[in-house]
Amino acid sequence: MKAVKFDYKRPATIDEACCLLAGDHNARILAGGQSLIPMLSMRLSRPSLLVDIAHIAELTQFIETDHHIEIGAMVRQAVAQVNPLVKTHIPLLAKALEYVGHLPTRARGTIGGSIAHADPSAEIALVAITLNAEITYQDGEDDVVFDASDFFIGPMLTLAPPSGCLVRTGFPKAPAICGTGFHEVAPRRSDYALASAAAQISASVDGRIEKIDVGVGSVGDFPERLKVDALLTSDLGDDTISQVLHAAMADIETVEDLHASAAYRKRVATELAIRAVRDALNEIKKGTRQ
Amino acid sequence: MNDVSIKINGELVTAMVEPRLTMLDFLRDVAGLKGTHAGCEHGVCGACTILYDGNAVRSCLMLAVQVDGQEITTIEGIGGNFERSGELGIIQDAFCEAHGLQCGYCTPGMVLAAEALLAKTPSPSEDNVRDAISGNICRCTGYVQIVDAIMLAAQRLGNRNDMLLPNHPSTQQDK
Repeated sequence: MKAVKFDYKRPATIDEACCLLAGDHNARILAGGQSLIPMLSMRLSRPSLLVDIAHIAELTQFIETDHHIEIGAMVRQAVAQVNPLVKTHIPLLAKALEYVGHLPTRARGTIGGSIAHADPSAEIALVAITLNAEITYQDGEDDVVFDASDFFIGPMLTLAPPSGCLVRTGFPKAPAICGTGFHEVAPRRSDYALASAAAQISASVDGRIEKIDVGVGSVGDFPERLKVDALLTSDLGDDTISQVLHAAMADIETVEDLHASAAYRKRVATELAIRAVRDALNEIKKGTRQ
Repeated sequence: MNDVSIKINGELVTAMVEPRLTMLDFLRDVAGLKGTHAGCEHGVCGACTILYDGNAVRSCLMLAVQVDGQEITTIEGIGGNFERSGELGIIQDAFCEAHGLQCGYCTPGMVLAAEALLAKTPSPSEDNVRDAISGNICRCTGYVQIVDAIMLAAQRLGNRNDMLLPNHPSTQQDK
C-alpha cells in the first residue's frame, strides 16, 4: 500500500497550476486527496507529478451570481455543508452533503475533487447532474464550461481537458418556492452508496408545480437525470409518481458488481427516487422552504 | 526529496522526505510516534485518525508534504497533562472505565474522533456519537461500549466545566 514515486508542486495561482499540468502529461491534480491518495496507495494511479491546488486562495471561494452559486473547486465538503449560501440557495446539495463520506473525509474532501473524480456513486456529481450545474475548467489561459449533464461519460471518466484545472462549479439557485429530497442506501453509514436518488421540485406562488428534476446515482456508469416530464401534467398522486418513475427507470442501464445485482440497484433506486419526489412535494406543501 | 517541517503535538519535526510518504508513515517512521495506527492504509478503517485544524482526519489520506508548515495533534498529544506524559485524558479514562476497548487497535482513532466531536458538541446525543465514529471500524465490534465511553466522557467533561462556574455546589463546599 505504498504509492509510486512522484514529484510534488504547490502552485499559488491557477495559471501556475495550468502551466505545471501542461508541462507534464502524466501530472495529476491533488485537491483533498480523499479519493486520489487511496488510488495512489493501491497503485491504480501512477502519476509523475502531483499538483497540490490546496493553497490557491481563489479556489476556496463561494460566489453568488444572478442565477448560480459558484463553488470554488477547493472548497471542502464540510465547509460547503455549513455555508449559508449553500443552505439557502442549493438546499439539495446541503442535503446530499450529509451522505458524502464520513466526517473525517468531508473535512478534507472537496466539491471539485468529487466532481473531477466522477465516481458513479458520488452524491455531489448526482446533485450536479440533477440540477444541471455548470462545470468550469481553466485550460491554459482559456475557460472551458461544461453542462454537468454532458460532462460525465463513464465511471471515473469525464470530458475534462487533460491539462485543465477544475476552477468552479456553478449550481443553479433554487427558486423561491421549492422542495427537495435525497435518499441513499449504503452498507454502512455514509459508505459508497448502492443506490441513491435526488429530487428538486419548484412551484409558482399559487402552488402550481413548475419544474421537477430527478436524478439517480450509483446504478449506472455515472449519475443520470430521469425523464419525468409526465409528472408535470399529472395529479401527482402516489400511484402516478410510482408509475412515472418506474417508466423513467426502465431505460436506465444498471451495473452489477459483488456488492449488489443490477436488478437490486434498479429496484432500490426507483423506490428511493419515489421517496425523494414525495419528500420534495411534502416540503412544498408544508412550506418548510419558501 | 522535499524538506518538510510539521508541528506535531506542539513540537516541530523537520525532515527530508519523499513526496509519496503519507502523514501516517511520517508519524510512525520519521517522528517515531507509534500511537497512530496503520490499519487499511486506504481510508476505510479510521485507525490512523489524527486531529488537523480541529477536525478528525485520516493520516493515511494525507501526504506529509501536504502538511508542511502546518500543525497536527496525535493520540500522544491528548493525554491529561503534557508535562507528565503517560497520564490519561478524560476521554481515554472513560474508554478504560466503560470497557470501550478490547484489542485496542482502533482505540487511538476512536479517542481522537471523540475528541473532535466533544470539542464542537459538548453534549452530544447517542446518534451524534454514532455519526462521529461511523468512519472508524472496530474489528472486535465493541461499538456499544465505545458509544458508552464517549457518552461518559461527555458527561465528565460537562461536569468539569460546570465545576469551573462560581456557583457550582462543589466549589461552594470547598469554601
